[in-house]
Amino acid sequence: MHPDSRHPDPRPLVLSLTGITKRFGSLVANDAIDLDVRAGEIVALLGENGAGKTTLMSILFGHYIADEGSVSIADADGKLAPLPGGSAQAALAAGIGMVHQHFALAENLTGFENIVLGTQSLWSLKLRGRGARAKISRLMAESGLAVDLDVPVARLSVGEQQRIEILKALYRDVRVLILDEPTAVLTPQEADSLAATVRALAGKGLAVIFISHKLHEVLALCERVVVLRGGAKVADRPTAGADRATLAELMVGRAIPPRERPPSIPGAPVLSLKSVSVGAPSARDRLEDADLEVCGGEIVGIAGVSGNGQGALAALVAGLAAPRAGEALLDGARLAAADPAGRVAAGVGRIPEDRHRDGTIGALTVAENFVLETIAAPENQRAGLLRRAAIRARAAEAIKAYDVRCPGPEAAIRALSGGNMQKVVLARVLERAPRLVLAHQPTRGLDIGATTDVHRRLIAARGRGAAVLLISEDLDELFALSDRIAVVHAGHLSPALPAEGLDVRTVGLMMAGHGVGEAA
Amino acid sequence: MWEALDILTQANFWAATLRIATPLIFGVLGALLCERAGVLNLGIEGIFVAGALSGWLAVYLGLPLWGGVLVAAGVGAAFGLLHGVLTVPLGLSQHVTGIGVTLLATSLAYFGYRVAFPNVATPPRIEPFAPLDVPVLGELPFIGPILAQQTGFTVLAFACVGGLAFVLARTPLGLALRAVGDNPEAVEAQGLSVVGLRIGAVMAGSALMALGGAFLTLSAFNAFYFGMINGRGWVCIALTVFASWRPGKALLGALLFGALDAYQLRVQTIAGGVVPSQIFLMLPYIFSIAALVLVARRADYPRALMKPYFKGQR
Ligand SMILES: Nc1ncnc2c1ncn2[C@@H]1O[C@H](COP(=O)(O)OP(=O)(O)OP(=O)(O)O)[C@@H](O)[C@H]1O
Ligand SMILES: [Mg+2]
Repeated sequence: MHPDSRHPDPRPLVLSLTGITKRFGSLVANDAIDLDVRAGEIVALLGENGAGKTTLMSILFGHYIADEGSVSIADADGKLAPLPGGSAQAALAAGIGMVHQHFALAENLTGFENIVLGTQSLWSLKLRGRGARAKISRLMAESGLAVDLDVPVARLSVGEQQRIEILKALYRDVRVLILDEPTAVLTPQEADSLAATVRALAGKGLAVIFISHKLHEVLALCERVVVLRGGAKVADRPTAGADRATLAELMVGRAIPPRERPPSIPGAPVLSLKSVSVGAPSARDRLEDADLEVCGGEIVGIAGVSGNGQGALAALVAGLAAPRAGEALLDGARLAAADPAGRVAAGVGRIPEDRHRDGTIGALTVAENFVLETIAAPENQRAGLLRRAAIRARAAEAIKAYDVRCPGPEAAIRALSGGNMQKVVLARVLERAPRLVLAHQPTRGLDIGATTDVHRRLIAARGRGAAVLLISEDLDELFALSDRIAVVHAGHLSPALPAEGLDVRTVGLMMAGHGVGEAA
Repeated sequence: MWEALDILTQANFWAATLRIATPLIFGVLGALLCERAGVLNLGIEGIFVAGALSGWLAVYLGLPLWGGVLVAAGVGAAFGLLHGVLTVPLGLSQHVTGIGVTLLATSLAYFGYRVAFPNVATPPRIEPFAPLDVPVLGELPFIGPILAQQTGFTVLAFACVGGLAFVLARTPLGLALRAVGDNPEAVEAQGLSVVGLRIGAVMAGSALMALGGAFLTLSAFNAFYFGMINGRGWVCIALTVFASWRPGKALLGALLFGALDAYQLRVQTIAGGVVPSQIFLMLPYIFSIAALVLVARRADYPRALMKPYFKGQR
């Protein structure tokens, strides 16, 4: 099975999983998975949302206990020894480090404190000090992961928090490093520097397991890919000779049709901003003196490193903020106040950046989340009482139409995978045929199938005549969807230019601050 | 009018402030220790009662005074263990469990008292902690008389403030406690036991609370009365927010409350004829509420407070 069996890899084996099976109730999240990893190797673990990648790695890290199968890891002399399950402490001691998909940092502690947490006896009277600092400085210099160690983690950006996470693992001299979707929240530049770091670490003999939905990253960084589908391993092959289409097909199990994007027929302006400023002048995420027009039947993409003003723009459009200066018009009507319900009524469909926090209410059912924004409409309530049967019926239809994989309209939305949760949000927004769709990072963390689906829906909304404002950090996505692209940097918005005339490099430079704010 | 201000210059007033503040210091420290680890402990009121009775009873039955203190701490820790097991590994509602612990501990204490002393009209007494006899400081004007009214128990309270502040800020244990109240996943991922840390914190915090009760029966008074705790535990819960979960500020809050209470007692005797005494009685509580209203809006609650953590669940 191993592709290199004829030319045995000279590098020593550091990790071996055999027959790992994990069930959650009737769901088989991992199905008899075997996996070998060698020192210095960078292995990609691919799969759709819910394929079982995080589950497998959580078993390795002792967070979950496998129902069947075993894990062996090389000890200091390179001999494989079984790893007791269910103990993060044992995994750490054996040299496994994990950077979690959802960071595991105490935000009230500083970076330094997070790194040394748990590395000494709890009954010691003195916290690690100079020695630990020297070691971290050395690690930072070697890996290029520079970050301020002495401010509370809550005040660091996601990219910086991630560096702390990686340093945390390196500080413990790990031999296997698991990176679970490390680039999902990183800017393209940060992702590039992370890749360089990972390559350097692997060069020193660290084995890396890299999980990502971004296939171009996988192709560039990893030498081998392991693909999971529905909990089972369906492929284990070298990256050489593979391309995005083959990997996508392995993950999904069928060929993914290419996106079709008919030419746009722009109509009248739906959203227009004239010298609009939003947010306190001292805030980082603010908008200064921005001009923008989004017409019906077109997709305008906003590129930029997150935190440069797209939050303020989204808040304005979504009705969470009012303009501080300037004039914002929606279909010719002034947007003066922060009025979320008013925006919804005026035909704004909002796909928020954080679907867990702002897009859905975890404890409510799929059906309830589906009608969240239109709860007062006559089709959803009569005399203040919910029309449950009608709501459920329409939710069931939407579930079918949008291919939401879930137990049914009465399931708590929390139980859904990210991609399916996003489909519910999409259904809620698009079912009302909005005039303007605000899509803020609509595919963050989604697998390729779900991403393609979201893209198809947005293009369809545009075809119907809706104006689409797409805010994204993913340049591929922006270029694939947008008719025009503007770049936001440090609160300044560049003019939106036709996408055909732009290339990824120029936009990337503008995101870093070159040429935004000056006349373009 | 001047008389009302004059109170502030009396050593007697400051001595009373310390005396009233001491049980609150223990209580707030205990509550903040629990909450720093992510567990709200509303068992505090009952643990005060249990600590008051058990410490006193142990001394009454012949143990030395400090032995009584240890017994009270042990009893508090036992109730902490109960609260911890119910709320941490079992993940029950911390509110409901806490109220339950308060009811249980209070009833057990009253029941135990009745069983031990079926037919007494006046409560039996013990010989309480003797006032301090401090060599040099005791000679000082003003300070001397204040100290002369305090006992070693109050010194212990101050020592606990320093000790807890040190542990939280400077030791690996304190780091882990602060982390587990913010993000238990982070603690778990660093190979530490969330359950162990949380139960340990609740036990230690409850032991501190029980000391607050024991102070009343072993130092402030010399007997156990029904209703003697009288809401002190609840005040501590409010003061914890006021203190933003910091031992130093906890001391400050307790002293402020103590000063107000001592003050209203004395002002009553001056202005008692004009203003109903109940108004004065309300003062410290109005202060607590006002302080909470002011502070609570920007209160920085431990992020994981009251959120149960189950390993391997999401
Ligand atoms: N603690 C749990 N309890 C119940 N079901 C779970 C639990 N953890 C994971 N699952 C389920 O197991 C399956 C695999 O989940 P997992 O998180 O491993 O997917 P993944 O491949 O990491 O997906 P993603 O790309 O979205 O991160 C999913 O269907 C998920 O809903
Ligand atoms: Mg995952």
